[in-house]
Parts: sequence; structure tokens; C-alpha cells
Amino acid sequence: MAEIHLWGALRPAADGAPVVSIEAKTIRELFRKLEENYPGMAPHIARGVAVSIDGRIYRDSWETALPEGAEIYLLPRIQGG
Amino acid sequence: MPLDASYTGKSFKSVGTRPLRPDGIDKVTGRAKYGADHNMPGQLVGLVLRSPHAHAKIKKIDTSKAEKLAGVKAVLTATDLPDLTGGDQGMFDILDNCMARTKVFYDGHAVAAVAATDMETAKKALKLIKVDYEVLPHVTDVDEAVKASAPVLHANCFTEGVEPKPKKASNIAKVTEFGHGDVEAGFKDADFVIERNFKTEQTHQGYIEPHACVASVSPDGTGELWVCTQGHFVYRNHCAMLLGMDVSKLRVTSSEIGGGFGGKTHVWVEPVALALSRKANRPVKIVMTREEVFRASGPTSATSIDVKIGIKKDGTITAGKAELRYASGPYLSMWGELGAMTSFACYDLKNVKTRGYEVLVNRPKSAAYRAPSAPMAAFAVESVVDELAKTIGKDPLEVRIQNAAKQGTRSSYGPIYGPIGIGPTLEAAKKHPHMKAPLGKNQGRGYACGFWFNFGGQTCTDINVGPDGSVTLTVGTVDVGGSRASLALCVAEELGIPYGQVKCTVADTSSLGHNDMTDGSRGTFSSSMAGIFAARNTIEVLKERAAKMWEIPVEDVVWENGQAKAQGSKYGNLAPLSLKEIAAAAGNTGGPVAGHAEIVADGAGVSFATHICDVEVDPETGRSRVVRYTVIQDAGKAVHPTYVEGQYQGGAAQGIGWALNEEYIYGKDGRLQNPGFLDYRIPVCSDLPMIDTQILEIPNPNHPYGVRGVGETSIVPPIAAIANAMSNAFGVRMTHVPMSPPRVLKALETAKKA
Repeated sequence: MAEIHLWGALRPAADGAPVVSIEAKTIRELFRKLEENYPGMAPHIARGVAVSIDGRIYRDSWETALPEGAEIYLLPRIQGG
Repeated sequence: MPLDASYTGKSFKSVGTRPLRPDGIDKVTGRAKYGADHNMPGQLVGLVLRSPHAHAKIKKIDTSKAEKLAGVKAVLTATDLPDLTGGDQGMFDILDNCMARTKVFYDGHAVAAVAATDMETAKKALKLIKVDYEVLPHVTDVDEAVKASAPVLHANCFTEGVEPKPKKASNIAKVTEFGHGDVEAGFKDADFVIERNFKTEQTHQGYIEPHACVASVSPDGTGELWVCTQGHFVYRNHCAMLLGMDVSKLRVTSSEIGGGFGGKTHVWVEPVALALSRKANRPVKIVMTREEVFRASGPTSATSIDVKIGIKKDGTITAGKAELRYASGPYLSMWGELGAMTSFACYDLKNVKTRGYEVLVNRPKSAAYRAPSAPMAAFAVESVVDELAKTIGKDPLEVRIQNAAKQGTRSSYGPIYGPIGIGPTLEAAKKHPHMKAPLGKNQGRGYACGFWFNFGGQTCTDINVGPDGSVTLTVGTVDVGGSRASLALCVAEELGIPYGQVKCTVADTSSLGHNDMTDGSRGTFSSSMAGIFAARNTIEVLKERAAKMWEIPVEDVVWENGQAKAQGSKYGNLAPLSLKEIAAAAGNTGGPVAGHAEIVADGAGVSFATHICDVEVDPETGRSRVVRYTVIQDAGKAVHPTYVEGQYQGGAAQGIGWALNEEYIYGKDGRLQNPGFLDYRIPVCSDLPMIDTQILEIPNPNHPYGVRGVGETSIVPPIAAIANAMSNAFGVRMTHVPMSPPRVLKALETAKKA
């Protein structure tokens, strides 16, 4: 069971919780289960969510593994110039 | 191995050298083709009619007289661009921005367009279009727009991100919060707390080349678009969706680009040109005027930022808090959110809280501008950090070093940092000769730090080996800052051949798979990673071909220094085979030699910089002059150091213009008063000193050569560094950017009275 840290915009979808627990082995599985358990997150995931795994930020790769005990932080999928 | 992005630690022969730029001769002789330089047979002139009102309902558009004018081949309104976005609000906003539907939201918003045989006819036709407006109250100021009394742009805008969801519509489209710890407890622990409001005015990227394109749509549903853009694949995808075309049937070719800096990451006139061409059944060229670029492309946000920071006498920052209101134009974006993420990212804080507001105003849609949103946030935070250091009698640089984020720090936006470079840039600043240089009369020195994320993204690259052994590297990321040179250097390095043997070309959208655009400082980071992987795949093919030529198992072939070598004593008499020799025999060993890579480049790594700036202020006129400037930034590995230095200098130059002169000035009527380079003053060479640079190379562990993006971070510290220098020059803290002569004089007069 991984602890998923949420940035502020996602928290209302989880009743204000800053952290939720999800059993997931990859980013794809994480997004799918977040949408199932917290439907309010679906529009954010559709708009773009990046996943920080131990400080390394993944913006696209669904197949990326979520290692046991890793710090997982969800962030907006940012734009650049 | 081919797709292993881990840092290899190899020593370099080509990477890190400074060959002449491959596009230099074409650019200085005028042969390079920019957006407006392309023409198609039978091409028409396209022009756009724009709203003179900041906010109005479109009651009726009468195009009948324009349609009857001889030489007019098509007249277009929003009815020619039906909503095909399928509920995608982001795409609908793009569509609405390209051609207003029911309301205009800013001075310059497109309401109609014409295609005619020549410019004179097109201009006449625009005058014959009659638009019946119902003018509405408007708001252009970010602080005014959040007031309950402000005119509301969208009746269905209920602030996202707050609970309970508001029942009343407002101009605050979204609120986002970041942080950790207990800021109020942190402020109680502080010996000193400073709280201030900072304002920055809207600025434009100021790219020298205006938006330009030539579009051609055939009755069979296929189309071509020649365009100046930072991302032709993204333009293709957006245009195809908005026009209901198949992506594969729209071929987009990117021109040379005369600057973008984020402003050419969005479509503006391109869908309009394609729709006009479809309607007229002729190619259509649209070239925006400079006035149109200012009024109706995508400048950066105007902001209003409240910052509160507490510090102990020993220099420890105990808490930081910021409320950041970013004007987004008429549509939701994420500029306040990015300001909230970046504002305190340089520091190791136990207690930090930031809240970003996306504020809708009657100004053009805000677009990205080089490390979007970070410079304004850094201005606010770095100004207060400087003031606090003075308050406790400590050196501002030492206070920054004391509180700098490091490996293991929980960042203000959430995750824990891996290896990062803020500390080394500060230490390098401390040792830099600039720090010991004497200051003259009315001069002051300031420092500031800056942070930007950087990212990677989808990237597709081809390598093709010619029959003579020369190598074509085909990429899909537009070269905005020298990437053709840096990518060729990386591929030459990996193949073990001279740089001059590799030619890098940016392909059109029919030649490669999708590539994300060149933004987020990703051009060299992503495409070099894909290029290195493609080179590794090419080497595997070359080894197979050498094995066939030698009639030995491929397992016995290695690739070293650009040659295939047979491994083992039994092959002692076999001379190595060069790439040229293998290429010459390719027709007999399996056909053309090529290598490809399709990747998602992740792991770009965050980026930090520290800037040192000396400013001289004339107390009589309020004019400020930057007399010395130094940029210190981590590049991971500088592939072509001259281009890296250019990126550092370019970011600093733009930041200096932003700090001292540039601003959008709106009249009470909501119309832009200064849409031209005479009244909107960007710095020219004579305004700037030689900008010194120091490249630090702390390898990025997530790139084979340790490369980090370098294109954006250099614009983050300048506003704050200049404000801090000005404060030291004449003892007044400037909180409103640009710090133009009238504002400086006013600040001086106010200080005298006080």
C-alpha cells in the first residue's frame, strides 16, 4: 500500500486529505484506482498530473513502477516556455 | 543499453566543444526561411478583424458587403469554425481565442477574417465588415478583477479548488495551495517578520519575428501548413482537431524561428488561415503585424503577490507564506499555480504555504514566457529575503547559503529533492571576482536565486547513414536555441565520428512520430537522449553489417571510436571497418543503415541559478543602468558551451528589460496604449553591459551525458537581483515592476518626505 501525497487542488476530491493510500504497482494503476476511489480527481488526471517518485518527476510514462516505500507526490503537469 | 538513460560518466571528444553554428551563414546572409518567407502558388492574403472593445457581446456580424468586394475569396467568422472540441474546455478556449464566438474578451480579440488577392483588397474588406457590439464593463487590473464588485467575464466561472464550491460566479477561476508545516507557528518563532505586496506588470516575450504562416487545404481534405512555431506537431494536432481534419492529412512544416520564449507554444492565426484556405480553395498567408502581436498573442501574466517571511537573528528562516494572483487573460490557465510552486523552491523551509490564484481579466490570453510565472514569484520572495538579511545585519548571500535547499530537503511544492545545484551556484557567487569589484557613486549590488522545473516529454528521432558514411539526424523538436548543433554533437559523440560528419535537420510532421514542442528547456535534453538512443541502435546495425562483411558472428564485433573491430586473437589480422566502409557496402549487407528512437524523456531534473547585478541609479531622472551582470547556473553538461552562455545571457537580458522598462499599459477604455516597440521598450545592445556567465556542470543522473535543460532558469533571478541592487543603490525598496524612471523618482520623493 503506497502513500500518495496530493497537492492542494486534488485534496477536495479526497475530503481534504493531504495523503491517500492506494495499492498500485505502476503510474497507470495508480491513476486508474484514484479515479475509481476518488471520482473528483478524474478531471485533474485528464487535464494532466505528474508523479514525483523519490523526487524524480514523471509527466508521461504510465508504465513507470512505484517502488515499495518510495515517496510519491502528485503534482500538476506543468507547462514551460 | 540502447534505452538506458543513466549517466555514463564517459569522457568526451565532441560534446563540450564549440563548433561554428550550423545555421549561422544562412541567417546572416538572409537565406534562412522564416514564417513570412514561404509562398505557395495562387496564395491569398489573410487578415483578421479584431475587437476594439475590451469586453462586449457580439450581437451581429454583417459580412455581406465584404463578400461582394472584387478580389475577396473568403470571409470567415466563428460560424465557419464550429465547436468540434467534444467538451474539452481547454481546446474550446483555444478555439474561442482564435475567433470570438458570442463575446469578445479583450482589445484585439479576433471576430472575423478575410482572404483576398492582395493586401489592399483585404484591408478594404475588413472595413466593410460590420460588427454590432453591446459593450460591457471591463476589468484589466488583477487586483480589481478579484473584487466582488468587478465585472465578471464568464457567468459560469465558479472558483475551482475551494470548498464549499462558490455559488456566485467570479473572475477567480482556480485556487491551488502548496506547502507543509505550520506557518503561523513559524512566524511566532521568528525574531523578525516582513510582509509586503509586490506587483509586476504584464510583459511580452518580445520575439523579433511576428507570428506568420501559409496554409493550404485541398478539397480532398488534405492540408499543408508552413508556420513559425515552437512545436509543429502540437500545432498540427490542435489545428486538425479544431478543423475536423485527420491528423495524418495535415502536414506541418516549421520555419526557422525568430524567437518564441513560450509565446509560440499556442495556435493563434493558424486555424484561421487553414479555415480561410478551405473556404477559398486557395493557399492563404497570414502575417501578424507587431501591433497584432502585442494586442492578440500571448504575453505573460500581470501579478500581485503578498509575501510574508519570518527569520531568526541567527539567519534561520522560520516560515514563508505567499498569496499569488496571476492574471490569466480571459481563460483558465495554471500561471498562479506555477508561481505558487516555484516561489520558495530555493529554500529549505520547515513551514511554508503558498496559494496561487488564476484571475480572469480583459486582456489577451496569457501564454508561457520562459520559466513561466517563476520570475515574478522570485522577485517577491527574493526581495523580502534580502530585506530580512539586512534587518538582522547579515550578508544576504550568506543568509541564502544558510537556508538553501539541498539533497533531502522537502521542496516547498512537495517532493523531497534529489541532488540539486542551488548550493554550488551560491558558493560560486561568493567566490566570483564580481563580488569584490568596487562600486561607484549611486551604484548598488544585488543578488538573487532562481528555480525552474525543466521537463522532457515525447520525442522521436531518426538517424540515416548515407552511402558515403555521412549521417543525417532527423529530429522533431524545433531549434529555438541551437539544438541542431548540440544534437549533432551528441550523436557524433555516441557514434565516435567527427561532428562535421553529422547533419541535423528538423523534419516536418509527416516524417516522424509525434514530438512535443520545444518548451520546458527540453529541446537538447530530450532530443539528445533520443539521438543517443538512435545512435546506439544504429551501432547495433553497423556491427551486424560488419559481421556480415567479415563473415563472423556479430557477438565478436565491438564498436570503438567510430569503427567496427573484430574482438579476439583469431581476428588479429582484420583491420577495423570504418562507418564509411560499412555504409559503402550497405547495399550488399541488408540495405540502408538507420537507427530510430521513440521515447518519453523523463528525469529532466530541476534547475537553479544565482545572479549578481550592479545597478547605477540617476537620482535626478530616475533612470537606472545595469553596469555589471553575472549569471551562474548549472547546465549538467554544456554540450555546446557557446549556446549555453547565449541562453544565460538571453534570459538575463529579457529579465533586465522586464525589470526596468517593459509593461503593457491599458487605458481606462480597456485598450492597449503601447502596442509597438517604440512605446514598449525592450533593451537593445547599447542598454546592456556584457553579461558574464559561469557554467557549473553537476551531471544530471537521468541523462547519458548528464545534460540538464538550460533555456529558462536564467530569466528567473534578474528582476529580484536588480530590485535588490537598486535598494542598495539608493536605499528604497522597489515593489512595483517595471522599476521605470517615473516609478523610481516617485519612490525617491516618497522616501524623502518620509
